[in-house]
Amino acid sequence: MREFRYERATDPAAAVALLAAEPEGAFLGGGTNLVDLMKLGVATPDVLVDVRQLTSAEITELPDGGLRIGAAVPNADLAADRRVRERFPVLSQALLAGASGQLRNRATTGGNLLQRTRCPYFTDVTTPCNKRAPGSGCGALEGVHRNHAILGQTLEGPGTCVATHPSDMAVALAALDASVRVLGPDGERVVPMAELHRLPGDDPSRDTTLRHGELITAIDVPALGMPSRYRKVRDRASFAFALVSVAAAVQVTGGIVDDVRLALGGVAHRPWRATAAEEVLRGRPATEESFVAAADAELAAARPLRDNGFKVPLARNLVVRTLLQLTGDVR
Amino acid sequence: MTTVDRLVGAGVARIDGPAKVRGTAPYAYEQDPGEPICHVAVVQSTVNRGRISRLDPSRAEAMPGVLAVLTPANAPRLGEGLASDLPVLQSLDVHYQGQIVAIVVAETSEIAKAAVGAVAVGYSAEEPDVVLSAERPDLYAPPKLMAGFETDSVIGDVDGALASAAVTVDATYETPTQHNNPIEMHTSMARWDGDRLTMWDANQGPHNIVNDLMAAFELERDQVRVISPYVGGAFGSKAFTHPNQIVAAMAARVVGRTVVFELSRQQMFSLVGHRTPTIQRLRLGAEADGRLTAISHEVVEHTSRISEFAEQTATPTRVLYAAPHRRTTHRLARLDVPPPTIMRAPGETPGLYALETAMDELAHAVGLDPVELRIRNEPARDPERDLPWSSRNLVACLRTGAERFGWAGRDLRPRVRTDGRWLIGTGVAAATYPTRRRKAECRITGHDDGRWTVEIDGSDIGTGAWTALTQVAADALGVGLDAVELRIGDSDLPFAGGAGGSTGMASWGSAIVLTARDVRRELDEKHGGQLPPHGIVVKGEVPGESPHAGDYSMHAFGAHFVEVRVDRDTGEVRLPRATSVYAAGTIVNARTARSQFLGGFSMGVSMALHEESVADARLGHYVNHDLAEYHVATNADIGELDVHWLEEDDPYVNELGMKGIGEIGITGAAAAVANAYWHATGLRVRDLPITPDKYFRELGQG
Repeated sequence: MREFRYERATDPAAAVALLAAEPEGAFLGGGTNLVDLMKLGVATPDVLVDVRQLTSAEITELPDGGLRIGAAVPNADLAADRRVRERFPVLSQALLAGASGQLRNRATTGGNLLQRTRCPYFTDVTTPCNKRAPGSGCGALEGVHRNHAILGQTLEGPGTCVATHPSDMAVALAALDASVRVLGPDGERVVPMAELHRLPGDDPSRDTTLRHGELITAIDVPALGMPSRYRKVRDRASFAFALVSVAAAVQVTGGIVDDVRLALGGVAHRPWRATAAEEVLRGRPATEESFVAAADAELAAARPLRDNGFKVPLARNLVVRTLLQLTGDVR
Repeated sequence: MTTVDRLVGAGVARIDGPAKVRGTAPYAYEQDPGEPICHVAVVQSTVNRGRISRLDPSRAEAMPGVLAVLTPANAPRLGEGLASDLPVLQSLDVHYQGQIVAIVVAETSEIAKAAVGAVAVGYSAEEPDVVLSAERPDLYAPPKLMAGFETDSVIGDVDGALASAAVTVDATYETPTQHNNPIEMHTSMARWDGDRLTMWDANQGPHNIVNDLMAAFELERDQVRVISPYVGGAFGSKAFTHPNQIVAAMAARVVGRTVVFELSRQQMFSLVGHRTPTIQRLRLGAEADGRLTAISHEVVEHTSRISEFAEQTATPTRVLYAAPHRRTTHRLARLDVPPPTIMRAPGETPGLYALETAMDELAHAVGLDPVELRIRNEPARDPERDLPWSSRNLVACLRTGAERFGWAGRDLRPRVRTDGRWLIGTGVAAATYPTRRRKAECRITGHDDGRWTVEIDGSDIGTGAWTALTQVAADALGVGLDAVELRIGDSDLPFAGGAGGSTGMASWGSAIVLTARDVRRELDEKHGGQLPPHGIVVKGEVPGESPHAGDYSMHAFGAHFVEVRVDRDTGEVRLPRATSVYAAGTIVNARTARSQFLGGFSMGVSMALHEESVADARLGHYVNHDLAEYHVATNADIGELDVHWLEEDDPYVNELGMKGIGEIGITGAAAAVANAYWHATGLRVRDLPITPDKYFRELGQG
């Protein structure tokens, strides 16, 4: 573990200014992922700027019936919030499907979005990983990758990376068309969830489009107005990252899909908004046949690895089942 | 002495419970040696096989707070005769990934860990060879298996009987590498006072550790003391000495201070052993009515290049069922892996998974209820040793379990029961574990105030031994619990073997009973039955195996009944309920025994559904080396468990009539789960663990 300085700032702008001057520094939120990575030697910041007390820990109403979630709101509080449970069950369910009670108490909303992949080659500094050590190769591509990405990977070249994004919450927020409020050295900007997380492309070291020194201050979730649900499949009943998860919301009128939101977790380097499936579904009858067609349309792009081909039928079944549950009385 | 109600059998609450709950029971890391403690961190090989070509500690040595950096170039020479991976830093050769190649001693653990990153190491590496297969040309027969079992056993004409059998099963089952993951990491704190070594250590038997420390540092017996009053869980990896004890003692000697070395969870996957993977071919031949005519159980497993560890995987097949023609074999491959070691019921656990799954396949092949199939093949005598049983109540366990579980009327057909999208099935399997007794010595001191001190180097690794041994001692002395002060977990106490092989209570308890008998005799013969005013000290022992061990076959038995639900869309498995019934002789403490049975069974469920150490075939390391990725069952994975045991009186096994219960709970459990999974889905997954990906594999999807 590298020696580091610990700093506190008086307000968000001061924190941003502090970190802007420290190219090797990092913000510290709940620390549930960053501190682990520091112990493992994966993250080696020389300065930690503690922002836990700087951003809002409140959930407030937006004019359209949506919610603004302060970046410092603990995952546990967000999951338990009555407005969230009533209006965005998909978000509450996603949060409760992640981590453990203790971790959810500690982890922040902003930090949850910025957690790093749990790919075991990324977290072990003795192995190759283009995300951790650019140019060293991808240990997972030909190695152990049962729980790696099937969509949007970089399968060759110096950017090779097949890691998945670990967050459940981010999958729900992607389906909800949330936007992320960011404070940087040049002021505030708003980043749609669809543009926050990256595919590995030719630079897997970057998980997000945020620039160094930018601080997430809040997440805006617009009103939804339709039933929603999160379903996660994992290797055991609790405390495991997703094999595949799905966040879904659907509005059916007269048997026809009016509107639908669909995002997948555990399948890609970022929360995977299933736009191809959504396109197939809009205006179609809300039947199992349509749901299968939609899932297949989305998964046509899948490029499974040697040992993770099961994620394709698993994702298809999960999409179909979740949509059936949202539109009928299927358990 | 006054007569009190018998304490053995009662569910006495743990006497060490309040201290543990309050955090005042000192584990190895929490001991206070009375001086500031130095910390150790280790540099580990990043290659799997090869030789250190370059090792430069100078940057680490220059760091403030670093007291010493030990490498093969400057480490003290250790004594001869150290086995396996205990000769730490004695050579430049690398035999497995994670091997210790340098040791940093520093004022704080943070400095020590930072300095590890400053030690420059280069290797000349060779390709690792870590993949086990039954087709390897280098498989060999070890001279003996662990615990002294014969490598092979052959009776009759197995191949002829299989060829002429009305019904046969021929299937290969695989179990993966697994790692012991007690909550307390292996930890050793060492202090030298002149040429005397004191070590506070997390282990399963201080006397087990002493001999290796004597050999390593060329010490006499009275120069070493290992102290281990409380141990935070152990399943086998803490039974024997591992590099951590050697490292702590070596480091403490070099810096002349008390040193502590606590492994990280990741280091637990390379430095303290693992359960070997197995590939097991089972062939059963039977008459049309299910009566077995032949059993063949051929095992392939691995060991490391630097030591031989031959797990006795097929040995339960030598005792469980009658069949005139029978064969068991064990073959090993020497791979570039860390030395394997024992893990809860080594042998029985993987072996019974294969045998009891094959029996389920046979039941299906002959169209017979799997409980009835087992009853039909009940042997009157030990089928290989041709001895009578000291006691055997497997059939009673099966019948009682079937009744408690509601087995009657079960539809034999697979994949016909559903609840919504859930596929539902039930499964059964037998459990068995050998009953042994080991040498143990004991010292009992009667004090003038009527109190008794009972001393023996037994171990409580979370099992409840503190409490159960106190119950045994109180009964044996005819006094109440409060009159007995037990002292265990210290190599300066009278000799005892460690907690392992489910022999602890049988051996230590017997030693206490026999010594208490000597106390009574001495009081009667010399002191008119009264405790003399100056008190009394009596030493006694149990010499080893039961005198009846050559005349009777001694085993505990049990039966598991399991319901599982499998999500037909996702392959997720849930276990809503299970019943286990055991016949294990005298149960000393009903409360802690129930915990042992629950824990053992749950670990078997974990084996069936979750546990697997995944090796990278090219890099050679265990990839999922932490508790986030090496999955053990959580509370949410375990449903309602019904644990029951039968009254069983066995006059032959030992002084208490008890059979040992630490391990039998895990045996057979994985097979019961796998059999229920087949009953639910119609899919026979023959390689553990049964994870969702295998559901799709068996369906031919993905």
